[in-house]
Amino acid sequence: MKLAYWMYAGPAHIGTLRVSSSFKNVHAIMHAPIGDDYFNVMRSMLERDRNFTPVTISSVDRNVLARGSQEKVVDNITRKDVEESPDLIVLTPTCTSSILQEDLENFVERASIETKSDVMLADVNHYRVNELQAADITLRQIVQLYIEKARKKGDLPEGKTEKPSVNIIGISSLGFHNHHDCTELKRLMADLGIQVNEVIPEGASVHNLKNLPKAWFNLVPYREIGLMAARYLEQEFGMPYVDITPMGVVETARCIRKIQQIINAGGADVDYEDYINNQTLYVSQAAWFSRSIDCQNLTGKKAVVFGDSTHAAALTKILAREMGIHVVWAGTYCKYDAEWFKEEVSEYCDEVIVTEDHGLIGDAIARVEPSAIFGTQMERHVGKRLNIPCGVIAAPIHVQNFPIGYKPFCGYEGTNQIADLVYNSFTLGMEDHLLEIFGGHDTKEVITKGISADSDLGWNKEAQAELNKVPGFVRGKVKRNTEKFARDRGFNVITVEVMYAAKESVGA
Amino acid sequence: MTLANTEPQALNFECETGNYHTFCPISCVAWLYQKIEDSFFLVIGTKTCGYFLQNAMGVMIFAEPRYAMAELEEGDISAQLNDYEELKRLCLQIKRDRNPSVIVWIGTCTTEIIKMDLEGLAPKLEAEIGIPIVTARANGLDYAFTQGEDTVLASMAARCPDKAPVMEAEKKERNAIASLLNFGKKKEDVVVEESEYVKHPPLVLFGSLPDPVVTQLTLELKKQGIKVSGWLPSKRYTELPVLEEGYYVSGVNPFLSRTATTLMRRRKCKLIGSPFPIGPDGTRAWIEKICSVFGIEPKGLDEREAQIWASVEDYLQIIRGKSVFFMGDNLLEISLARFLIRCGMTCPEIGIPYMDKRYQAAELALLEKTCHEMNVPLPNIVEKPDNYNQIQRIKEQNIDLVITGMAHANPLEARGINTKWSVEFTFAQIHGFTNARDILELVTRPLRRNNSLKDLGWDKLVKEEAKI
Repeated sequence: MKLAYWMYAGPAHIGTLRVSSSFKNVHAIMHAPIGDDYFNVMRSMLERDRNFTPVTISSVDRNVLARGSQEKVVDNITRKDVEESPDLIVLTPTCTSSILQEDLENFVERASIETKSDVMLADVNHYRVNELQAADITLRQIVQLYIEKARKKGDLPEGKTEKPSVNIIGISSLGFHNHHDCTELKRLMADLGIQVNEVIPEGASVHNLKNLPKAWFNLVPYREIGLMAARYLEQEFGMPYVDITPMGVVETARCIRKIQQIINAGGADVDYEDYINNQTLYVSQAAWFSRSIDCQNLTGKKAVVFGDSTHAAALTKILAREMGIHVVWAGTYCKYDAEWFKEEVSEYCDEVIVTEDHGLIGDAIARVEPSAIFGTQMERHVGKRLNIPCGVIAAPIHVQNFPIGYKPFCGYEGTNQIADLVYNSFTLGMEDHLLEIFGGHDTKEVITKGISADSDLGWNKEAQAELNKVPGFVRGKVKRNTEKFARDRGFNVITVEVMYAAKESVGA
Repeated sequence: MTLANTEPQALNFECETGNYHTFCPISCVAWLYQKIEDSFFLVIGTKTCGYFLQNAMGVMIFAEPRYAMAELEEGDISAQLNDYEELKRLCLQIKRDRNPSVIVWIGTCTTEIIKMDLEGLAPKLEAEIGIPIVTARANGLDYAFTQGEDTVLASMAARCPDKAPVMEAEKKERNAIASLLNFGKKKEDVVVEESEYVKHPPLVLFGSLPDPVVTQLTLELKKQGIKVSGWLPSKRYTELPVLEEGYYVSGVNPFLSRTATTLMRRRKCKLIGSPFPIGPDGTRAWIEKICSVFGIEPKGLDEREAQIWASVEDYLQIIRGKSVFFMGDNLLEISLARFLIRCGMTCPEIGIPYMDKRYQAAELALLEKTCHEMNVPLPNIVEKPDNYNQIQRIKEQNIDLVITGMAHANPLEARGINTKWSVEFTFAQIHGFTNARDILELVTRPLRRNNSLKDLGWDKLVKEEAKI
C-alpha cells in the first residue's frame, strides 16, 4: 500500500479510452462498477466535446460479483452494435475486472459472432502499466488488428505512395495541446512537400489503418504514445520511423534532417537545409528572441522542469541550450522510461529526478528556489504556494490547458509559443530589475498605509523605506515575518531596528 | 380510455438497465472531510479511485486535504503483503502528520472483491494506535454518488455516545453539544434560553449540511419551540450527538436510508418520516411533520412560505409551464422535482439511482399531492435508468431543461437542449426557506443564459447525425 492523494499518470483504462475514443466510430465498453466512467466527464468538460463520449459501462455490481457477468457483457456489446453501429468495439478492463479474472476474451469471441462491428479486448494489466503505457499498447493493438485483418483478406495495399509521405502517430484525445500540434505538424509536412498519409488515432477511421504501410515513414512526435505502433510497423513492413520530437528550434531542425535522410534513402532527392535556415533565422521568432536583449536578462536565471518525458526533455533542452537559462534539475514521472530521459537531459541540467511522488517534487522546488517552474498543474500549485511563477508544459492538466486559440508546442509556431510561455513565466526581466532599483511601485506613503490596512502595526518612514529595498519577490514574506515578530514582542511601531531584530531572530 | 381519468392516478415506477452515469460514492469524502473538521478519510482502493478523486475534486486537491488514498498494489491484491501491517503503517503515518480525532476508512470495489476485512481489522488497529477508526463501504458495486455519505453516517451512528455525560445536578442540559453552545453563559441565561423551547423528547437531525444551513434549519425549528439536541454529523467527531433509546430522529436528505435504518434498529430511535426541507413547500412540510409528532401547533408557516414564494416570483416567471427532465444521479431528484412542479413546471420523468419507497414515503406522497394540486401529469419514476434510452426520450419529448451529469451536459447543449449539471445541487445550499432562491438561481441559469443568446441562431452546434 502507498499513501497518496495525487498521481501524475492515470490508471491504465484511461489510456485505452483515450486511444479508442480518439478514433472515429469506435466504441469502448468498460467492464467496471458504476461511477468508473469518469473519463466521459473529462472528455466532455476538459475537451469541451460536443459529442457524446463513445464509452459506456457494462456495470459490475453485486450480482456480477456473485454469479459472474454471464450474458451481461455480451448483451451490452451486441446492444451497442445495433444502437451505434460502430466499426470497432473495445472491451476495456478496469482494476475491478482485473481481479475478478473473468474470461473477457471469451465474451469478446462470443459477442463478435453476432455483431457487425469488430470486437477487441484491450490487453492491459492494471497493476503493471499506467495510462500512458496502456495508451501505447492499445494503439499498437488496434493497428495490428486491422493490418492482420487486411492481410488475411488480401486487401493490404501494395507499394508506397508516389510522393514522399508520412503517418503521424500518437495524436490523441486529452493529450496536452495535441490538436494544435497536429495542425502544426501537418503544416510542416506540407512545407517539406511530404504528403500526410494517415494521422492516428485522432479522427482516424479504423478502415484506413490498412493504408498505413503506404507511407514512406512514420513520425512519432511524443515519446509516450505511438512508439509501439511505429515499432510494429517497422518490424512488419520495414517502415522507418522518426522519434525526434520537433519541439524547440534545434530539435525541430534535427527532426527535419532525420526525415530528409529517411526519404532520400527511400529514393527522394530533397535538401531541407535552406528551409531550416530560413525558418530558423527569419520566420520563427524564437532564434531571434534568444539573441534579443530581453532574453539576455534571463541568462543564468534558475529554473526547474518536471513533466512527462517528451515535454520535460524538450523544455530542458530549450531552456538550457536555446535561452541560456540554468536548469537546476529536470525530472519526469515516466519512471518506466527513466533511462531515455536521463540520457536526453543529463548534459543540460545539474540533476535529474525521476519520481511519481509529488511531495518529493514539491520539496525539491522549495529547496532550490528557482525563478520559474515549468511543470504540470501540480507544480503550478506548488509555485503558487511558494510565490514562484510556473508555466504548465505537461499533463496532468486542467481545463485552462485546453485553450481555444492556436497554441502548438511542436514545429516552428510551437517555438514561438514556448518562447512566450517561458518569457512570461519569469517575472518580466526588465520590470523586475527596475522595481528593485526604484524600490517597488509603492513610492507614496499614503498608498503604503492603505495596503497594510489589514495589520494593526505601523511602519515608520525609515523602516518602510528599508522594506522597499527588499527585492519584490520576497518583500511580502519579510513584511509578514517582521510584523509577526513585532506582534509577538509587543511593538506598536516597526522601526528599522525592529526590522533587523526580526531578521536576526529568523536567522536570515 | 375515457374511463382513465375517473380514478386518481398513482405514481408509476419503472426500473431500467442501470446503464447510467453518476459519481462514485467515494466522492463523499470531499464534503465530509470539510464538514467533520477533526477527521481524516483514508480511501483504500486503486489508482482508478485516486484518479477520480483527483479530477472530480479539482482545485480542492491542492488545499492539503485531510484525505488520502491507500493505494493498493499488486502485492496487496495477491495477499503477499499483510493488510493489517500495511494499514497500520499508513495510519501511524497519518497520526504522526495530522493527529486526527478519527480516521474513516472508505472501502472500495477492490476491497470488496478481495474481501479485505476492514470491519474486522479496524477495532484491533484502533486499540493499537489509539485513534477511533470508522469503516464505511462506499463502493460503486452497491452505491451511487451521495449514498456514500449514507454509508459513512450509518457507521458514525454506531459511534454516537448512548448516555448523556453526567452533569452536575443543577445543570439541565441533556447533551454535550448544548453544554458547549452554552459555554461561558451564566446559569440564569441558560434557564431563560431553555424556556424558549416547548417540552418535547430529544430530537437529533441527520445529514451533512454546510454550517450556515445547519444554523438556519436549527433556528427555523427554534421558532416553533423545538430544540435540536444534536446533529449527525457534527462539526467535530468528538462532538457526535448522544443517542439514547427513544430519541426522535429526522433526515434532512433523501439519500440517507441506511442511516435512518441504523438509527431505528441499532439505536432504537424513532424516525420522523417527512418530506425533506428542500424548497419552501418541503421545508414547511418538514417542520409541520416534526411539530405534529411533538403535538405542537406550528406558528406562522403560512406567511413564511408565502413570503418566500413572493420573493422568487421573478424566477418563477422564467420556468412556469416549462418541462424538466431528471436523468438521475444523486437521489435528490424526487424532492427537486416536487419543488419544481410546485413552481409551475411539468416533469415527465424522474430518473433516480435508487428509490427507497419507505424512507421517501412522505416525500413521494407530497409529490403526488403537488401534481394533483398543480394539475399536471404524474411523472414516471425510473430507477436505475438507462442514459441511452433517456436521451432518445429527451429528444422525442422536446424537453425545456434537462438536469444531468457532466458527461451529458455539453453534448446536449450542442444539440440545442438546455441543461443544468446535477452535481451543483449536491454542493450548493438548497435546504430551508432561505435557500429556495439558490435552487432557482441554479435551475434558471441555463434558461437565462440561453435567453440572452437566443437571437444569434447558435442553437444546434453539431451537424445532423446520419441515421443508419
